Amino acid sequence: MTERFNLSRRGFLISAAASTGGLAIGFPLGASAQQLNELASPELNAWVVVQPDDTVIVRVAKIEMGQGTLTGLVQLVAEELDADWDKVTWSYPTPGENVARERVWGSFGTFGSQGIRTSQEMVRTGGAAAKAMLIQAAANRWGVDASEVTASKGVLTGPGGDTLTYGAVAEEAAGLEVPAEVTLKDPSEWTIAGQSLLRLDTADKTDGSRIFSIDYTMDGMLNAAIKIAPVQGATVAGIDAAAVEGMPGVQRVLQVDETTVAVVADTWWRARTAIEALPIEWNIPEDVGSFGMEDLEAMLTEGLTADDAFVGNEAGDVEAAFADAAQVVEADYSYPWQHHVTMEPMNATALVTDDSCTVWTSTQNAESDLAAASETSGLEIPQCEIHRMNLGGGFGRRGASSTDYTTIAVKIAMEMKGTPVKVIWSREEDMLHGTYHPATKARFRGALDEDGNLTGMHMRISGQSIFAGLMPFALEDGMDPLQFQGLQAESTEGAFGYDVPNLLIDHAMRNPPLRPGFWRGVNNNQNSFYLESFVDELAHAAGRDPLEFRRGMMANHPKHLAVLNAVAEGIGWEAGAPEGRAYGICQHMGYGSYVAAAAEVSVDGDRVTIHRIVAATDPGHVVNPQQVEAQIEGSFAMGLSASMMSQITMENGRVQEENFDTYPIISMWEMPEVEKILVPSGGFWGGVGEPTIFVATPAVLNAVFALTGTRVRELPIYKSGLSLG
Amino acid sequence: MATIIVNGTAHEVDAEEDTPLLWVLREQLGLTGTKYGCGIAACGACTIHVAGQPVRSCQMQLRDLIEGDEITTIEGLSEDRSHPIQQAWIELDVPQCGYCQSGQIMAAAAFLRDFPEPTDEDIKASMTNLCRCGTYNRIKAGIKRAAELS
Repeated sequence: MTERFNLSRRGFLISAAASTGGLAIGFPLGASAQQLNELASPELNAWVVVQPDDTVIVRVAKIEMGQGTLTGLVQLVAEELDADWDKVTWSYPTPGENVARERVWGSFGTFGSQGIRTSQEMVRTGGAAAKAMLIQAAANRWGVDASEVTASKGVLTGPGGDTLTYGAVAEEAAGLEVPAEVTLKDPSEWTIAGQSLLRLDTADKTDGSRIFSIDYTMDGMLNAAIKIAPVQGATVAGIDAAAVEGMPGVQRVLQVDETTVAVVADTWWRARTAIEALPIEWNIPEDVGSFGMEDLEAMLTEGLTADDAFVGNEAGDVEAAFADAAQVVEADYSYPWQHHVTMEPMNATALVTDDSCTVWTSTQNAESDLAAASETSGLEIPQCEIHRMNLGGGFGRRGASSTDYTTIAVKIAMEMKGTPVKVIWSREEDMLHGTYHPATKARFRGALDEDGNLTGMHMRISGQSIFAGLMPFALEDGMDPLQFQGLQAESTEGAFGYDVPNLLIDHAMRNPPLRPGFWRGVNNNQNSFYLESFVDELAHAAGRDPLEFRRGMMANHPKHLAVLNAVAEGIGWEAGAPEGRAYGICQHMGYGSYVAAAAEVSVDGDRVTIHRIVAATDPGHVVNPQQVEAQIEGSFAMGLSASMMSQITMENGRVQEENFDTYPIISMWEMPEVEKILVPSGGFWGGVGEPTIFVATPAVLNAVFALTGTRVRELPIYKSGLSLG
Repeated sequence: MATIIVNGTAHEVDAEEDTPLLWVLREQLGLTGTKYGCGIAACGACTIHVAGQPVRSCQMQLRDLIEGDEITTIEGLSEDRSHPIQQAWIELDVPQCGYCQSGQIMAAAAFLRDFPEPTDEDIKASMTNLCRCGTYNRIKAGIKRAAELS
């Protein structure tokens, strides 16, 4: 099999080289020593290569951007393979290889907290199949039945006590047929998976040697700085290139397309200096060019009472419930635009020739970049390739249906064929041209009966659809089903956790002129903030304990309830908060996982101090507990940034925040301690990168209300006269 | 041409005198461990040591150096990741994406020298570098562990 594969791949490379006039695509261009070694080593299947020195290379289709997926996936493969963990390493196949091999690695897309849960079966099967082949090869060597050979920590043991290492039989194993069926281990048998092993990719992050996309260099490479039209729909009216063409290092000044201008220089700093000095005039469309926050407010408010709305969840007769109610509670909420601010700004390096287009970039979905490279360059997919670089953060910005950084780099490189060009977006360009967390509002009405039970609830969401703005083909008869994340009746992705006999949750789509995007947690963020705050309001209005009130509606939602109970116990809900402090609690389900949080706060004047956070997660299975804990902590950092201090605003169609001075994010002194409770209940696979972010905000703000009576319904909290610290 | 001393070695660099050290290091010397995050001294990803002091290198220009200034970057903090901060970072798996960590480590190394027995409050008052992944609590634990290792 290896021989066949290697031959076919060599054949592919040769034919590609012929068709591209000698410039091969795939490994040979920019291949590392490890890749070249790998090319020459026996591949047992798409997931596992065993080298003669016993090193096991696990192919990782998903990308690492800090969330720990890389280590987790390798743990799963190594577990089924019974590999020696100390001899395990990894490599990233390229999207070009994936296409050439009929997508043997499945989707490279790394988003939606899917890294492990959507590929665990595939990679575990790959590991188990490889082990079976190694066992068979050893059995053949010893002339015994495969059932007489055992495998452990990279060593095969025969009936007579003979041993062979994996590397010793890898070549023979690679020649065997891949078994059609394998049995995967029960998670209770795990010794590598399920353990808090250290990450495989930490060391080079501590000495500066890790190469992120922005660090990549090539011989002869030039650097480009760009300016993109500052208003959506605006175009370049003209540039005065002569004004900067004589500046140090400047090689080219060019209009890239209708909306983008670039300066190419020997260094990026010189390119940046020149483009800052470059006179550019823009054609700004009047409607967008006059759009501001008052317009956003009016647009979203109108949607709160609009007649037409898409229905996401419905039960009983909600209007009848209001007619019969002993008490009706009403409240409006809103959630602002947010920016991803990955610490590494958008960037890509592209090299275009007459018949090839190669890009080096940090991306969450390299296949999208491959398609973008092909479409932009006009070259066929086999003539294009993407080399996946380390990401300095992703959070949904990189490649989740927006590959603008790749497209712009390819366009510039097309103007300079044969010369690699690295395009770095300044922080300001990055912040002005994001794919922003959508802005929405919600209006609630809740019907309580005489006993303080919730008999009916209408939740109207008004606002921006990510699908409409970024991928309209995904709309279903105009509706954005993603808008109802965590609010749907039946969904393994994110199910509503309460029984409300009469219920209506609907969405009036209102799309302001700012490109929306998938921002860690996506629509769960506002949906959870809205719902879990309002449920808290209902409890207080009913004169009931917020925990007990929730429990009363969760009889049919045992997993939602279990995490809620875990944090209640963890924070000591029954005993009550210490003097001068209060507790808040909430739960939500999304990306397949059940999460809950409880917070202990105090408020001094306008300053909110978070003394404790207790967070519980049930993702079904936990592959690396300490890395899941890292994701839980990080989720509070990002979630609390959004609710406490960050927002994107717009005036005259232009985003007003350009850097961390006006778009602050949480820092060390504001970061709370987080107590993590992992309660994997088995039987399903949920994500862990995003879910906890849903519960960061309502836990804290429910505690603030319990202490002060101030209900924060608009974010960030400074709109309610509060700040974190 | 200017001469600068980086990680113990003198280098001739061809850059305008108003070029930030960040870009001199990255583009003239190929020392890409020092990161660009904001360009306005807000995030700290570009933290280096100049004459022993932590400096946000995006805001210090070539002409701001005085003769004899020794620059230390993440690449020069130790030869083999043996600085206690580096050891603690590895032991506790502090980084997530890792992009801000060069700056965090350089800031933490300078801090630890001044506060060899740091309290949580000392750390919170001094460590102002931003991390979007939210590794702050592990950074705090890492600094305390490094203090033990020192």
